Amino acid sequence: MNCTFQQNGLYFSGKLTAAGIPQLQREVNALLKHNTPALIDLKEIEQIDSAGVAFLDEIHTRLAKKGLLLFQGASPEIQAVIDTFSSIKLPVQTPEREMGWFEKLGDSAVNAANNFYQSLLLASEIYYYALVGLFSHKGQRKGSFVQQAALLGSQALPIVALLSFIIGFILSLQSAVQLKNFGANVFIADLLAVTMVREMGPMMTAIIVAGRSGSAIASEIATMQVTEEIDALRIMALNPIRYVVIPKFHAITVVMPLLVAFSILVGEIGGGLIAIGYLDVSLPTFIQRSIEITMLKDLVVSFGKSIVFAWAIVIIGAYFGFQVKGGAEGVGKATTSSVVASIFAVIVLDAIFSLLYL
Amino acid sequence: MSAKLEPIISVRNLVAKYGERTILDDISVDIFPGEVTIILGGSGCGKTTLLKNILRLQEPFAGSVQFWGQEVLNLEEKDFSAILKRIGMLFQNGALLNSISVYENVSIPLELHTDLSAELRDRIIKVKLSLVRLSEAIYKFPSELSGGMKKRAALARAIALDPQILFCDEPSAGLDPLTSAALDELILELRKQLNMTIVIVTHELASIHRIADKVIFLDNGKMLFNGTLQAALQAGIPEIDTFFKVGKF
Repeated sequence: MNCTFQQNGLYFSGKLTAAGIPQLQREVNALLKHNTPALIDLKEIEQIDSAGVAFLDEIHTRLAKKGLLLFQGASPEIQAVIDTFSSIKLPVQTPEREMGWFEKLGDSAVNAANNFYQSLLLASEIYYYALVGLFSHKGQRKGSFVQQAALLGSQALPIVALLSFIIGFILSLQSAVQLKNFGANVFIADLLAVTMVREMGPMMTAIIVAGRSGSAIASEIATMQVTEEIDALRIMALNPIRYVVIPKFHAITVVMPLLVAFSILVGEIGGGLIAIGYLDVSLPTFIQRSIEITMLKDLVVSFGKSIVFAWAIVIIGAYFGFQVKGGAEGVGKATTSSVVASIFAVIVLDAIFSLLYL
Repeated sequence: MSAKLEPIISVRNLVAKYGERTILDDISVDIFPGEVTIILGGSGCGKTTLLKNILRLQEPFAGSVQFWGQEVLNLEEKDFSAILKRIGMLFQNGALLNSISVYENVSIPLELHTDLSAELRDRIIKVKLSLVRLSEAIYKFPSELSGGMKKRAALARAIALDPQILFCDEPSAGLDPLTSAALDELILELRKQLNMTIVIVTHELASIHRIADKVIFLDNGKMLFNGTLQAALQAGIPEIDTFFKVGKF
């Protein structure tokens, strides 16, 4: 492939194909800096492809601004390829303008408000059917409650146990050093009981359940939405909320306090190891103090808020599931958003509870 | 057409298995430059498997596949990609990358396999998309396109690098007759302009009559016939006759 400039004309020869274009383009750019050809000769071109045509078009557009330009000499075959791939006559198109920073901020604020409003609507529907569903199992499959309870509850036991144990262990270990300084060893039981019962138990469990079951709920519903299963349910005169969401809602309402109780217990065991092994608190003392410090109110609030977390997780999961847009990729996005939103919701709700029931 | 040329793809004694089950049994096929070859047969007869084995998306159990006289089955990945760059494939559902726009989908092979400048790439992408009549949807995302548009966008991506061979897996599947006919026209037109060799897997009779130069008829993993469409109709093979008869209205 070659290009020469003589007598006001650019003469191309050889193969004008993608592999050689970048090099040729540099040469031609150098030539065009000092010359303005009025003629492009294509007689000697043996082969051309779409990259070659794009290159000629580029020269054309550039030189056409400066004056007349004549292409000549292309053989019929070469000319046919040029005609096919010419981009000269295409309408000019530019991508849509990207949103500015403020525009994006406003947009996401409006979206967030809208999401919140829509999820409240969904929540009201879920609560209504959850209440109705207590007395009538119409529109639900038999055994779905038990199945969901096993799925959302008992299968989460191992991970909840492991994490709670570690949390209890770490909490005690970190405070043990400080308590030892003051000789207040025995207060490890108070500290552990209060943190596990009031905060760590319900919150850690809720975060695990949000990550594990919330995502499962969102992806299940989103997949059903994408594959038109939800529409199929509607056509069979079944309410998708009653059929899909309510069993999960009932199941999680029952299993969440149980998971929290379990988490608190295992957390106490983890912390107890440190108390007994490192701080020399005796086992009976540890148990006695732990029970003494734990008020009934604390337990009620703890289980109460765990149920509220559970509801938030189901509602948010269901909301993002039903909102899914655009095929398989949307399912992934819906799942991610639901986990992020439900963990956020859990922490905010927890803060509210802490303020209300200190 | 160009009958005396060297075959561009030649498959010899290809055997493909899924576990114990034999999907393709001793298939030998030559595909010649400039021709439209159609692989046809009923559902589950191994059409797509043949395509996937030729392109090494699945490793054949035994046999040989040559592109331009070069054996590809034991080729290093680097050498095989050199061959893949001369090939385009249109997948059944388009297989567009969902997270990027149509424009970027077509741009990917150009960006990653050539050193062309951004302006030239831009021109090529827009020309290819206008060839498949998708100029109005350049900056849309795959999820915003209809089935036919997705296939056309995928076709634009398949021809981004001016391939010499184009493989199409069921181009008309899921399209209405009009859209499917338009897609066939488009493929024929592109063949003329790009001088491509085309291999199509389909069981759409209308398509076969419109575009076939050669047909390869598979039945239960065996090749029943390989030759021109006319010859296939006159060959008197019962399976082929039934296939064409049942499909006629």
